[in-house]
Amino acid sequence: MIGMSIVKRKPLPGWVMLVIPVAAVFVTLLITSIPILIAGGNVFKAYGALFQGALGSKFNLLETFVKASPLILTGLAVAFAFRAKFWNIGAEGQLFAGAIMATWVGIYFTWLPGFLVLPVMIILGFLGGGLWATIPAFLKTKLKVDDVVTTLLLNYVIFHMMGALLFGPMQMPGSSWPRSASIMDAAFYPMLIARSRFHLGIIISFVAVLVIWFINNKTVFGYQSKGVGINLNAAKFGGINTNMVILKTAIISGGLAGLAGVGEVAAIHHHLMMDVSPGYGYTGIVIAMLGNLHPVGVALAAFFFSVISVGAQTMSRVAGIPIYIVGIIEGVALMTMLIFILLTEYKIRWTKS
Amino acid sequence: MMSEIFTVTFITGLIAATLRMSTPIILATLGEIITERAGVLNLGIEGTMVFGAALGFLTTLATGNLWLGVFVAALGGIALSLLMAVLAVYMGLSQHVSGLGITIFASGLAMFIYRLVVGSPIVPPIITPFTPVVIPILSKIPVLGPSFFTQYSLTYITWALIPLVSIFLFKTRAGLRVRTIGQNPFAADTVGVNVNLTRTLCLAAGGAFFGVAGAFLTLAHQNMFLIDVIGGRGWIAIAMTIFGNWNPVMGALGALMFGFLDAFQLRMQTLGVDLPFHIFLMIPYLITILALISVSRKATVPAGLLKPYRREDK
Repeated sequence: MIGMSIVKRKPLPGWVMLVIPVAAVFVTLLITSIPILIAGGNVFKAYGALFQGALGSKFNLLETFVKASPLILTGLAVAFAFRAKFWNIGAEGQLFAGAIMATWVGIYFTWLPGFLVLPVMIILGFLGGGLWATIPAFLKTKLKVDDVVTTLLLNYVIFHMMGALLFGPMQMPGSSWPRSASIMDAAFYPMLIARSRFHLGIIISFVAVLVIWFINNKTVFGYQSKGVGINLNAAKFGGINTNMVILKTAIISGGLAGLAGVGEVAAIHHHLMMDVSPGYGYTGIVIAMLGNLHPVGVALAAFFFSVISVGAQTMSRVAGIPIYIVGIIEGVALMTMLIFILLTEYKIRWTKS
Repeated sequence: MMSEIFTVTFITGLIAATLRMSTPIILATLGEIITERAGVLNLGIEGTMVFGAALGFLTTLATGNLWLGVFVAALGGIALSLLMAVLAVYMGLSQHVSGLGITIFASGLAMFIYRLVVGSPIVPPIITPFTPVVIPILSKIPVLGPSFFTQYSLTYITWALIPLVSIFLFKTRAGLRVRTIGQNPFAADTVGVNVNLTRTLCLAAGGAFFGVAGAFLTLAHQNMFLIDVIGGRGWIAIAMTIFGNWNPVMGALGALMFGFLDAFQLRMQTLGVDLPFHIFLMIPYLITILALISVSRKATVPAGLLKPYRREDK
C-alpha cells in the first residue's frame, strides 16, 4: 500500500509567494476547462471570449475596474478579519448594512449642504457595516459564541431586515416592488472618466488597499491584530487587550464591506433593492485567500475575479457556457490556492509500506 | 385572529408543517454531528445540500424515479465529502476555508449542471414529488394522526435515524472510536485507530445525509429546483449541532424548533398579519442566534475539532 505523509520543508525564498497565486490561477483555469468541455465548448474560444469580454476594449477594461471595486473592499474586509482569526463570513451582510445606510442618507438627508452628502454617506456606510460586524465580535469575545455561525446567520437577518425596509418605510412611493426611491443627485459618486462608469468608489477601494497596508505594517494595532491571529493566548499573556483588538478588527472589516455597499448604491444602482449584491461578500472570502491575506494580493485577486465575472458574460453569449461557471472557478481557485500555500510550507512524501 | 390559531385544523396543519420543514435540517444536523464528533467541521454543508437538491431533482426529472433521485443525491454528497477529506483531513488544510471552498464550488457546479440539462425555459420544469405515506390506524388518531402519521417516507426515515445515530455514537465500539478521534486523535492513533480513514468515513456518511437533506427539498417539500432552494438551512444545521451540544437527540430538537418557527411564520403570513413578511422570515434566524447564545457557556466542543492530524506533529 502506498501511504502519504506531509512533512515540513525548508523555508522557500520570498519570490515564491509572488509566483504561487499566478500558478494557482493557471491550474484553476486548466481544471475549469473540464466543465467547459462538458458543456460542449471550445476551451480556447471560451477563454478567449472571457478575456476579450473583460479586457478587450477600453470600455470593457473600465467595466472590469467597476466590478473590481466592491470585490477589493469585501476581499480586504475578509482578509483583515481572517488575519486576526476573526472568522468573518458576514461581509455580505455588512455590505447590506452599508448599502442601507447609504440609501438612508441619499434619500432623507436633503437638508445637508451638497458637498457634505458624500462624506456623510461614506462615513455612515462604513459605520453601518462596522457596527453590524461588532455583533458577532461581541458574541465571540464576551459570550464565546462561534463567529463563523453568527456572521453567516446575521447575513440572513439583515437581508430580511432590508426586505422589511424595502416593503415598508423605505419602499418607493407608488411602487409594488421591493425597491427604494432614487437617491438625490448630490449622493451620486462622480464618474471620473467620460462615457464610462469609472467612479469615485474605485479610487476609494484603491485608497483602502493603501490604508490597510499601512495599518498592517506601520501601526501598533496592525501588529497586535496579527498577533491575536497567530496566538491568542500569547497575545493575551503579552498584555494585549485581545477582546478590544478583535472588536476594532471587526469594525474595520465590516466597515470595508459597508463601503462596498455604499459604492453599489451611490455609483451603480442609485437606489436600494434586494439584489444589490450578487454575492460580493462570499467572493470576498475567495479573494482574501487568493491574495494570501495581503492587501496588494487582495487587489490583484479581486481584479482577477472581476475579469472572470465580467468576461463570463461574454463567454456565455459567445460560447454558450452557463454563467454559473463563475462559481465553479471561484471554488476551484480557492481550493487550488489552499493546496499551493500548503506546498510552500510542507512537502508531500509518498511511502511504500 | 386568535380564534383562527386555536382551531384543530390550524394546529394539525402547524404540527404537520413543523415536522415536514424540520426534516432536512434534522438530517443535515445529524450528518454534521457525526462529522464534527470525528473532529472535522464541514462548512461544505450548504453547497453539498444545493448539490444534492440539484442532482436528486435532475435524476428524477430524467428517470421519473424518486428513490433513484435520493440515491444519486446521497452519492453526490459523498463525492463532495471525499473532496473535503482530501483537503481538510489528508492535507490538513484549514477546515474553515476548505469547507467554504466546497460550498462555493458545489453551489456553482449544481447551478451549472442544472442549466446545462434544462437550459433556460420560461417555466422551470417540475417533477411529481413524493406523496405523504398515510400510516394505517395511527393516522386515524385526531390531530396526531394527520400531523405525525401522514408524512413523507424520508421524514419517517429521518426520525428513525435520530436514535440510530445516537446508538452508533454512544453505544458501539465504532462510535467510541469516532468520539475518541474527535477528542484526542493522538490517543486514538496510539491504540491503533486509523485517524484519517475514520474521519474520511464520517465525512462520507455526513455527506450522504447532506445530499439527501437537499434532495428532500426538491423531491418532497417542493417539486422544482430553485437557486435559493437551501436558503441557509445548512448554516442552521451547523448552529443546531452546537445548540445540541453535539448530541443527536438535542440537535434534532433544535432543528424541530427551527422547523416550527419556519412553519409558524409561514402561517402568520397567510393569516394576513399586518407586518412585512420579511420580519417573519427573519425570526427563525434570530431565534437560532439567541439559542446559540443560551448554550454558549455550556458548550463542550470536541477537543480535536478543527485540528488536522499529522502523526509527526506530536
